[in-house]
Amino acid sequence: MATPMVPAGIGPDDIGRLYRSMRRIRRVEEAVAEVYPTDRIKSPVHLSIGQEAVSVGVIDVLREDDVVAGSYRGHAVYLAKGADLPAMIAEMYGKATGCAAGKGGSMHLIGAERNVLGASAVVGTHIPIALGHALAAKREGAGRVVAVFFGDGATEEGVFHESLNFAALHRLPILFVCENNFFAIHTPLAKRWATDRLCERVATYGMPAHRLAEPDVFALRGLAAGLVAEMRAGGGPAFLECHTWRWREHVGPAEDYAAGYRPRAEMERWEAGDQVARLGALLPDAGRAAIDADIEREIAEAFAFAEASPFPDEEELFTHVFA
Amino acid sequence: MFSHEGGHEGGQRLLRYVDALREAVAQEMERDGRVFVFGLDVDDHKAIQGSTAGLVERFGPERVFTTPLSEDAMTGVAIGAAMAGMRPVHVHIRMDFLMLCMNQLVNIAAKAHYMYGGRVRVPMVVRSMIGKSWGQGAQHSQGLHAMFMHVPGLKVVAPSNAHDAKGCMIAAIRDDNPVVFVEHRLLYGTEAYVPEAPFEVEFGRARVCREGSDVTLVGVSNMVVECLRAAELLAEAGISAEVVDPISLVPLDHATILASARRTRRLIVVDNAWTSCGASAEIVARVCEEAGPGAGIEVRRMGFAPTTCPTTPSLEARFYPNPSTIASAAYRLARPGGAEWTPDPERARLAYQTQFRGPF
Repeated sequence: MATPMVPAGIGPDDIGRLYRSMRRIRRVEEAVAEVYPTDRIKSPVHLSIGQEAVSVGVIDVLREDDVVAGSYRGHAVYLAKGADLPAMIAEMYGKATGCAAGKGGSMHLIGAERNVLGASAVVGTHIPIALGHALAAKREGAGRVVAVFFGDGATEEGVFHESLNFAALHRLPILFVCENNFFAIHTPLAKRWATDRLCERVATYGMPAHRLAEPDVFALRGLAAGLVAEMRAGGGPAFLECHTWRWREHVGPAEDYAAGYRPRAEMERWEAGDQVARLGALLPDAGRAAIDADIEREIAEAFAFAEASPFPDEEELFTHVFA
Repeated sequence: MFSHEGGHEGGQRLLRYVDALREAVAQEMERDGRVFVFGLDVDDHKAIQGSTAGLVERFGPERVFTTPLSEDAMTGVAIGAAMAGMRPVHVHIRMDFLMLCMNQLVNIAAKAHYMYGGRVRVPMVVRSMIGKSWGQGAQHSQGLHAMFMHVPGLKVVAPSNAHDAKGCMIAAIRDDNPVVFVEHRLLYGTEAYVPEAPFEVEFGRARVCREGSDVTLVGVSNMVVECLRAAELLAEAGISAEVVDPISLVPLDHATILASARRTRRLIVVDNAWTSCGASAEIVARVCEEAGPGAGIEVRRMGFAPTTCPTTPSLEARFYPNPSTIASAAYRLARPGGAEWTPDPERARLAYQTQFRGPF
């Protein structure tokens, strides 16, 4: 994978911001993986390591009042939108201070203060929820948009197609972002799709659909910026298929190439195109080191917060059944 | 048919169930700009048997609109819009179609407030109609409310008369939780005195529709009507039946049912649904658990035959409980060891059944 040059219009601040966001997600998840064997994280974890650029490239062009929705592999979406890191780690520890009061865990992160919708552990179920927010945003008329992230598996669910049609029919301000990592748990695309012409399928519903086969965060950001600007002006929905690669196992902290369902050699291609390393190399050493140190401090504080926080009281079992 | 306590004083007038539903929604839409109504055919010339008639003309196509046949996604849209601060009323012309909404209702709507630690609310109403007769058959007749009662986080209401239809609909729209609203098609034409001004019927408060001392009949949805007729027939045979309408199944006013059953010591729960794992099973089980064997309460469940609903009238007639079978069962319970008794079949017929014509 050739590394493209930095496009015109991208300045040092942009590179620093994008690097910080991607590196932060990478390091948070590496820290999660490190702690995981201690069993202090009482929650199945679906790590985004390797896929950070998709969330960061899109969310970087959004406003704070825009809405994002991710899946159970949603740590990257949550963090990229600026939701609370200590509350995320506390949630994974099952603590009362967690973003879902300890009742959701890693698969149900929610960052209401940053308009991050609650994540769902049933593939594709969050797509129409995001669509409902897009309907509300359109009725509100303030130019807010919604970005919903999901994997290639979700595109096989009927609700995905129902949602595309409704979004196009009502010209709702929603950006559909497919993170195509080529596997649904362990089953490859070749066993699931008759053709890989996903963008063609989507375009027939009546919206622009683009495929980004190379991991280039600048290209993704540029494309998303154009689509979102049109959307704010009433342009209706759009679709992005971003090829990417899950570096770790489907669920859990480790690599799983020994299982034999996908070759380690394929991973090397994606490691060579790693956007965290690429953007880091574009920064001056001192600047990068300062960002890295900030991130490490923030992560250490977040884990300390989670460790120190109490578990919910027993009676909390019965709260929140009804509003 | 059903006269609400308080008669027709103070702005009350006779209103059909279907018109009460429409009036409730219109009044809430007038009061609260966040309320909207959507679902297949809500804005067409038939307007869901008239229950949404005139709404699109009055409130416009942004607040009253039809949908693609995409129940799964449309339920998600309702949930998402509700989380975003709107108050959707999602309309389904048959309850059977809710099976296409199950994933969203069970996995998201019911759980969102809990699994996101109270950070979101899902104030939405799911209107669903149960059909009967005129060949509705296997997939247009099912009362599936028990499936929703099973899952914590969903409210389930099944008003049996026009008064409660209006009051429950207003309460459902104002509720901050997802409410599955069960409407029996045969009730649509029935009339009751209904106040003109908006009002709420509180969920979780059963109504004793008729007092009695020998047996308690709990009816669900239209089975309240059938139980009331059964009670009239039983009175002629010297048996005093109390009829209780739970109105809402979740929350359930268990205390009123238990108190009645303790007094009469005989309880029959008649549901417009199957008995297996159904509302009748739940109500009976709770009464038995809480009253204990010492209370000596005899119980019986009645509901659909344990079969699929057939279309031919000759078989369909045996599929449902009716005033005659309810009265006979109550008589057997109240007069153990006595002779069998069946009321005059002509007198057991209900107007809402005999007057109903299809096609839908």
